Amino acid sequence: MATKYELKSKEIWDGNTAASHALRQAQVDVVAAYPITPSTPIVQNYASFLADGYVDGEFVMVESEHSAMSACVGAAAAGGRVATATSSQGYALMAEVLYQASGMRLPIVMTVVNRALASPLNIHGDHGDMYLGRDAGWIHLIANNPQEAYDMTLCAFKVAEDKSVRLPVTTNQDGFLVSHTAQVVEPLDDDTAYKFIGDYTPLNPMLDTSNPATYGAQTEEEWHFEFKASQHKALMESPAVIDEVFAEFEKLTGRKYNRVESYKLEDADIALVVMGSAYETAMVAVDRAREQGIKVGLVMPRSFRPFPYNEMAEKLKNIKAVAALDRSCPMGAMGALYNEVSGALSANGQAAIMTNYIYGLGGRDTTAEHILEVIKETNENAKAGKRVTDLQGFINLRGPKLSFN
Amino acid sequence: MLQIRWHSRAGQGAVTGAKALADVMARTGKYVQAYSVYGAEKRGAPMSAYDKIDDKPILDHSKWMIPNYVLVIDPSLVFQEEIVDNTTDDTVFIVTSHMDKEDLISMAKHLEGRKVFVVDAIKISQEEIGRAIPNTPMLGAFMKVSEIIPFEDFLVSIEDILSKFPRKIIDGNLRAIKRAYEEVK
Repeated sequence: MATKYELKSKEIWDGNTAASHALRQAQVDVVAAYPITPSTPIVQNYASFLADGYVDGEFVMVESEHSAMSACVGAAAAGGRVATATSSQGYALMAEVLYQASGMRLPIVMTVVNRALASPLNIHGDHGDMYLGRDAGWIHLIANNPQEAYDMTLCAFKVAEDKSVRLPVTTNQDGFLVSHTAQVVEPLDDDTAYKFIGDYTPLNPMLDTSNPATYGAQTEEEWHFEFKASQHKALMESPAVIDEVFAEFEKLTGRKYNRVESYKLEDADIALVVMGSAYETAMVAVDRAREQGIKVGLVMPRSFRPFPYNEMAEKLKNIKAVAALDRSCPMGAMGALYNEVSGALSANGQAAIMTNYIYGLGGRDTTAEHILEVIKETNENAKAGKRVTDLQGFINLRGPKLSFN
Repeated sequence: MLQIRWHSRAGQGAVTGAKALADVMARTGKYVQAYSVYGAEKRGAPMSAYDKIDDKPILDHSKWMIPNYVLVIDPSLVFQEEIVDNTTDDTVFIVTSHMDKEDLISMAKHLEGRKVFVVDAIKISQEEIGRAIPNTPMLGAFMKVSEIIPFEDFLVSIEDILSKFPRKIIDGNLRAIKRAYEEVK
């Protein structure tokens, strides 16, 4: 029986510490991981918790992230509660197995600390890895600070393991800006946290030898399409469960999460769409812009997948101009948030003027002042009633101004 | 919002010091952020760490700040002009050095006309803790200069924060903190 961990009502934790305590409190059966910067402390802390008797499960040391996710798939198919952590190149190396995990409907939880993808090599935060995993069939939840890294990880187990969902979930926090920044976190005590998540009920566990089950079967033309469509249906219908879990979490903690978060949108003329720690920095910029008379608000998809199309469109229904800020280089297109939000508006007959900004690649600092500039440019589009700024701009990029139309 | 920047070499404990200060201040009901700017540094490379302290939740996740205090815990970094980056005339510098203030400023011209306090945190930590880990004595000096909270309250909090260490280490740190509090000038 695992020893209870004494926690204060307020801890000073960085995002990694917060995520590792959430994994500990979930009493995961198997963690298989290959540590990588900046998520290393999650794995390191978890191994320490295990060595010190705070966890009853198994920690599997593996030789690569491909093996880490493979071991997670095996352990989850066997019937265990399973989790891991990774970043960047590790995430990329897992890519093949991420699709296996979701296709087999295994509710693995992965705490991702977002980091840029090489080349060039960079250890700092951007959303390149999250965007790489976008279509892998996982639910992707976003945390903007250490408290949220803790809260989203607890919620992730409950969403993933719900009978109607049974899909793997990532929780995402920005490398260093959240993972290595200590802030006040109010954790639940061990019993309360565990009770919220609940006991794990395996579905078709391979260790149940009296009821043999097959995982990862081959399906060709006759069944593959139906299989993938039913997987997609589970993902598309998961919002009902995510909403329930968030509501239950609010009842327990008073902390309210929504699939679309928003800030000062009610009377806004223009809006920014931004995801991750920069959403909070943008709140500071919004307050400054409002002092200058610019009616601006913010929206953020708390779940990047499933993407909350209709809720996003509803939030933006009175908005004249939207700037979507993507923390990943789209390499030959507009950023993902630009595309998703444009699609959501278009599907609902809305015609806000859309622009795209790329920011923060490889940890490039993005200040409230930088975001204020974007707000001012977006306001020019709203005032003109048409796009008068460039379609795609770059925030705090050195050298001559770069933009695309 | 109170903003503090630490200059250190990797391994001297600036990150731990910044986190300890954040922890102390959070116990008084403040909201805090403690972080550092990492490269792929090795032990001994210059690095910086940061504290933000405020009465309301801190939302700004950018690394940029205009520090109210600059804490330099490595004696050689005092001579690097980067320590005055993004500072104002009101920024207070607390620096580690064995030199007295006038001699130091005559060599570190970028500190001329600045509000400078000096403490020999390296010597103090060597003598009281037995290792050159100047982070906790710097906190003692900061408490004296800033008067941010009563020193007695600080000592209670820091002793609890250090409680995971053996008694000998805790006592050494407390002696170093008190000595730096007395000796900073």
